[in-house]
Amino acid sequence: MEKRWTSTGTTAPMTTLSKDKMLIVKEQDVVPFRNRVKEYATRIGMGLVNQTKLITAASELVRNMLRYASGGETLIEVISKGREAGIRLTFSDKGPGIADISLAMKDGYTTGKSLGLGLPGTKRLVSEFNIQSTLGEGTTVTIIKWKNG
Amino acid sequence: MKIDISKTLLKKKKQILDLWMKNQLADDGLRDDLMSNEALREQSGELVDVLLQKLTDENLHDVQSPEFDDVYEILGGISITRARQGFSPRETGIFVFSLKDALIEIIQQEYKNDPALLYESAIRIGRLIDSFGIVTFETFIKGREEVILRQTDEIAEISTPVIRVWDGIVALPIIGTLDSARTQVVMESLLQEIVDTGSSIAILDISGVPAVDSLVAQHLIKTVSATRLMGAECIISGIRPEIAQTVVHLGIDLSSVVTKSTLANALRYAFASLQLEVRKKQKDYPSIK
Repeated sequence: MEKRWTSTGTTAPMTTLSKDKMLIVKEQDVVPFRNRVKEYATRIGMGLVNQTKLITAASELVRNMLRYASGGETLIEVISKGREAGIRLTFSDKGPGIADISLAMKDGYTTGKSLGLGLPGTKRLVSEFNIQSTLGEGTTVTIIKWKNG
Repeated sequence: MKIDISKTLLKKKKQILDLWMKNQLADDGLRDDLMSNEALREQSGELVDVLLQKLTDENLHDVQSPEFDDVYEILGGISITRARQGFSPRETGIFVFSLKDALIEIIQQEYKNDPALLYESAIRIGRLIDSFGIVTFETFIKGREEVILRQTDEIAEISTPVIRVWDGIVALPIIGTLDSARTQVVMESLLQEIVDTGSSIAILDISGVPAVDSLVAQHLIKTVSATRLMGAECIISGIRPEIAQTVVHLGIDLSSVVTKSTLANALRYAFASLQLEVRKKQKDYPSIK
């Protein structure tokens, strides 16, 4: 029936409006990447707080990629679902992979010397968070931040 | 029969230069707005002079030969002056590569009866001039890189000024991203300044830091701990609302650090802990006599 007009918007398909790929290989790549993310977030009219959250999340994941997999590839996408616009970021690396994802998602757990807040903190900063990892093959993290999410 | 390409070319020096100049002047991309034809002729003449002087049949095979050092030096000089004059690297490249056409044309006239020799010399000359062309590009890029490096150093230097705001209070405004290398510089200059001024309070202002992620927070916490070890108190100021929310969501615990929203608040706190008081001056009304 008039299902298309449901207010939840869950039935609406997700469409990608624009794509941008960036390679991350050194620490100097972090700032340009962050600026690019900010540019896209501003373009869809994301508020300052959500922008900062998204940029911080992106920064965490990029740093993880650099530290544990010495770099990887990022994909910035502007997506829309129903009336809601958002940014989807994909981080894929060919690093060692994560042995125990549920452990890595715990606050304060780290194999390095960091605070151990990167992954769990990032999850709290974004609307949707997805992580896939195969030992010895690499890790792919996808995050979505809705404009008003 | 002994082939004497270099001698042949040396004899034809005048012709080579004329031909090269003709080619350059006929080119659509000639920038007579940047360089007069006389200056161009002088520059071209200098290069041809040195090249033909240094060129022997032996080093024609070997573009790396040290005998070409003078040629490379002149090429480097030409590349740099042209870059300063506003020539694009492409135009400088074409300048060098058009010499190849002139040289090959002369060779063609000389050896038209010996195709094998003509072919061989043409390839060698081509290789030599290609290498010269590469040198001009390398010099151009090197010039640019030097500018970038100098700017990087300058930015690194000016970005960490430690300010003595009051007796016993130093402030350090951090602008830009706080990575590991910068934290090191920040920490060093802050700790040194604390010793030099005998300050007991240090204010780290992060208004200019675009995002605080867990690595930045870790660096901040380290700096605060180091300051404490020096016997000084460290206040972090300039925490914007969006940064505060992000830090909370990330789960970073900054509760052990004194934080203030603005530098002014931090300064007020510092005055209070040094038991200083800032007051408006009481106006003395002149008594009426």
